[in-house]
Amino acid sequence: MTTKIFLQQLTNGISLGSLYGLVAIGYTMVYGILRLINFAHGDLLMVASYTAIYGIAMFTLPWYISFPLAIIVTGFVGIMLDKAAYKPLRDAPRISLLISAIGASFLLENLALVVIGGVPKAFPRPEIFAKVVSIHGVRIQVLTIYTPIITILLLFGLLFIVYRTKAGKAMRAASMDFETTRLMGIDLDRIIAFTFLLGSTMAGAGGIMWALKYPQVNPFMGVIPGLKAFIAAVLGGIGNIVGAVIGGFLLGLAEILLVAFMPEAAQYRDAFAFVILILVLLFRPTGIMGEPIVDKT
Amino acid sequence: MTKERRNLLLNIASIISVYIILWFFQKYGTEYQIRILNNMAVFITLAVSYNLVNGICGQLHLGPNAFITIGAYTAALLTMSPAEKQMSFIIKPLIWPFSVIQAPFPVSLIAAGIAATIFAFLISFPVFRVRGDYLAIVTLGFGEVIRVLCNALQSVTNGPLGLKGLKPYTTIWWSWSIAIFTVIVIQKLINSSWGRAMKAIRENEIAAQAMGINPFKHLMMAFLISAFFSGVAGGLLAHLITTISPTLFTFFLTFNLLIIIVVGGLGSTTGAVIGAMLFAWGGEALRVVESPMDIGPVHIPGIPGMRMVLFSVILMLVIIFARRGITGRNEFSWDWLFSKLSGK
Amino acid sequence: MKGKVIFKFFVLLVAFCFCFTAPALAKGKIKIGVYLPMTGAVAAYGQMEWNGLQVAHEMEPKVLGKDIELVLVDTKSDKIEAANAVSRLIEKEKVVAIIGEAISGNTMAGNPISEAAKIPSISPTATNPLVTQGKKYAFRACFIDPFQGQVAARFARNNLKAKTAAVIIDIAQDYCVGLANFFVKEFVKMGGKVVSTTYIQTGDQDFTAQLSAVQAAKPDIIYAPNYYTEDALMAKQARDLGINVPILTGDGAQADELIKIGGKAVENMYFTAHFHKKAATTELAKKYIAKFESKYKKEADAFGALAADAYFLLVDAIKRAGSTDGTKIRDALASTKNFPGVSGVITMGPDGNPIKSVVINKVENGKFVYVTTVNP
Repeated sequence: MTTKIFLQQLTNGISLGSLYGLVAIGYTMVYGILRLINFAHGDLLMVASYTAIYGIAMFTLPWYISFPLAIIVTGFVGIMLDKAAYKPLRDAPRISLLISAIGASFLLENLALVVIGGVPKAFPRPEIFAKVVSIHGVRIQVLTIYTPIITILLLFGLLFIVYRTKAGKAMRAASMDFETTRLMGIDLDRIIAFTFLLGSTMAGAGGIMWALKYPQVNPFMGVIPGLKAFIAAVLGGIGNIVGAVIGGFLLGLAEILLVAFMPEAAQYRDAFAFVILILVLLFRPTGIMGEPIVDKT
Repeated sequence: MTKERRNLLLNIASIISVYIILWFFQKYGTEYQIRILNNMAVFITLAVSYNLVNGICGQLHLGPNAFITIGAYTAALLTMSPAEKQMSFIIKPLIWPFSVIQAPFPVSLIAAGIAATIFAFLISFPVFRVRGDYLAIVTLGFGEVIRVLCNALQSVTNGPLGLKGLKPYTTIWWSWSIAIFTVIVIQKLINSSWGRAMKAIRENEIAAQAMGINPFKHLMMAFLISAFFSGVAGGLLAHLITTISPTLFTFFLTFNLLIIIVVGGLGSTTGAVIGAMLFAWGGEALRVVESPMDIGPVHIPGIPGMRMVLFSVILMLVIIFARRGITGRNEFSWDWLFSKLSGK
Repeated sequence: MKGKVIFKFFVLLVAFCFCFTAPALAKGKIKIGVYLPMTGAVAAYGQMEWNGLQVAHEMEPKVLGKDIELVLVDTKSDKIEAANAVSRLIEKEKVVAIIGEAISGNTMAGNPISEAAKIPSISPTATNPLVTQGKKYAFRACFIDPFQGQVAARFARNNLKAKTAAVIIDIAQDYCVGLANFFVKEFVKMGGKVVSTTYIQTGDQDFTAQLSAVQAAKPDIIYAPNYYTEDALMAKQARDLGINVPILTGDGAQADELIKIGGKAVENMYFTAHFHKKAATTELAKKYIAKFESKYKKEADAFGALAADAYFLLVDAIKRAGSTDGTKIRDALASTKNFPGVSGVITMGPDGNPIKSVVINKVENGKFVYVTTVNP
């Protein structure tokens, strides 16, 4: 393998990884507070992409309005998801929450299938994202460069909210102890809703960038990225926002480099991510950055 | 007559009556009805064994599709004749010893169960290192790994081409006998000290441990038995549909089983049986929501996919508003029936 | 208590179902059953075929003086459901013939049932040879994998003058694996060399790693006999990486969405396909294409066209049989000769596989253009 191809693969890995990371943030935040794997989180990618398509195609909005709008809509879909599927189950056993999450995920996918149809739709790619630049013979799509940058920017914005604002403080408190947080006069439901809003917004941004990178949208597009992002979150240390992004980068890189060095192993790619998950859970369940998990009752 | 004796006689009588009903269907029923009956029996076997891990032990295991896959492939590879196998494997030839052996259907079913059990044994070590959501994701992961392997190991599974042209050995006699056998074995297990220990682990693992119960040993036992029957059911399924490929065993299948046991009542074998029967029959009956309808002058065109939407909604409604499902954790028993009848 | 509530809910639900199961009395109607994956993993194919069927049905809504009714049941892209669906169509809907399924695996789950009931079935797009092998009542409207793979290899060697080829296979689809397999055999037999074989999976969206391996092997052409979703993304990423060799693919890739998704990247992509507007020799094809485009505002795809052909072949057979008896329709279908269908002039060969010529198309300026015809 030449250096040129290696560099090309490296950029691909980083850009795929940053997408995983962006989606993983949502998993990790929700898990931190509710101890719930939000199975429907991956489907928010699909929600964001379809919303953006309809914004452009039906309301003829320019992309710079349609994309942010789609991200905001996705954020609110996230809140609705919490209200409908998780809020009634706050005091229920966790197994019930998880089943509800699986149900919600299937519901979103099948609603999209019934309403929009299963035929994949093309995602409109604005010219400025489609350009290809050549650096010393390495051809890189500008999108590949933008993606990690946007991810890092969003990450800093999020960290600011979580560590420098009151709402963020309340979120951190809630992730440690529900009861005490409540005693402090914090409206827990609002904080949870806010968490879902933030996490889903990240997923929305991730969804748009995913669709820009792989411009084909179908009702099941979020399933595999969702699972991979969850693995990334575990790899980084679940509950830890920075860890989620780092886990995402590592998983993306590992996947791309595996296929690059061993093309014949490409057929094992999806299994590879799960093997990583199992290994992490066996040998370092707290992930790279994680603290020991406090089991909330 | 003691109560035990009465109950035993009633049990035997009800099993006989099941067979009589089956005989009527066999003689007078249509192919369509028999197919649904077969599906029912296979789903009962799957749901009851799945419920053992999920309902009785309380571990959300999301990988029964892995056991079913292994069972289906094992059984199919055994019943196909060497000549048929040679013809099917066009990408890569089938490896020895599968290429030469052939076994009768009952043997292949047992082999299917054993193969699934061995796999369950191997993965039980990593799986039961974790609990809760992690266990769910790890088992989901193993299900996914098996599917990927089915696609990739072409010299064993024929890859995405799958195995085709199996003999339709699965009759309602086979499928229902196995379903009844599964229910009896698992009920016996649940009512034994093993079963009580499993329930104790479900309620509070630490307390159970303090009582001297070894969680790993008990969970593994449940897991292995569940895997065995899932594997056998996989073999039945393969010879019912007569063609298998990796796409048959996706997470979708697990989702269906989850609906069955949740709606039926997590932790209840009776619930799993009722859930499975409702699912196999209801899935077909609900097709009407997808076909065009004329209500008076209004014509509603058919909307394919409504059934899946409905299934997801039912699952969520049940889990949110009626978490106990149809039966809760209660089991059907003759004592209960008689006390109801006598109005006590 | 809650258990009881739920139980009542179910009783209501069931009662509700029964209210509607009273079959719409179909007096003087001829029912043709259709089972397709309208939901689930391969819903896209089912939905495209259903579109084609509806156009075909509008074009010829009657046979033997009676209205034809298409009864659609969904298979959820699942084998168990596919088998149930066929049973249901035969027993409950009493259809005279069956169209479906879209993919080979599900068709093979349904076929044994219609075979036993002596109801002819015709699949629009199940390409695996085993689908019809040894079955008397099973037919198809598409090419079989070996034939298409061989034609692609011959075209690559003779017309594109390719000496080396890279093959990219969607490992999750038996159609893709079948085509690639027979392509490689024929290509090597004709003196070509396969320099790289890489695998992808349906639903994959990132192919850069595989494509880099292809790039390193420097092939003359890429043979990627996959479905259009994967092929469009793959072509896009290939061109972004600077791989500019022609890409050759099969009929599963020819859909309007390919160009929509792939844009400029799919220029110079070649297809072994069934038809082209320009090369459409039959009246039926011209009419179908015009009607399809005015109804759906997009170019006709192969899936819809083959589904329409399945329909037209059946209607033609019923006409010639002069009856709706399963065995008579089957005999008429088997003796189909030079039927001017949408996807070319079709003669039903032995074993229920149609014999028709392959049309090679390519993408030029965002349109499918006709290149040449290869006769069987």
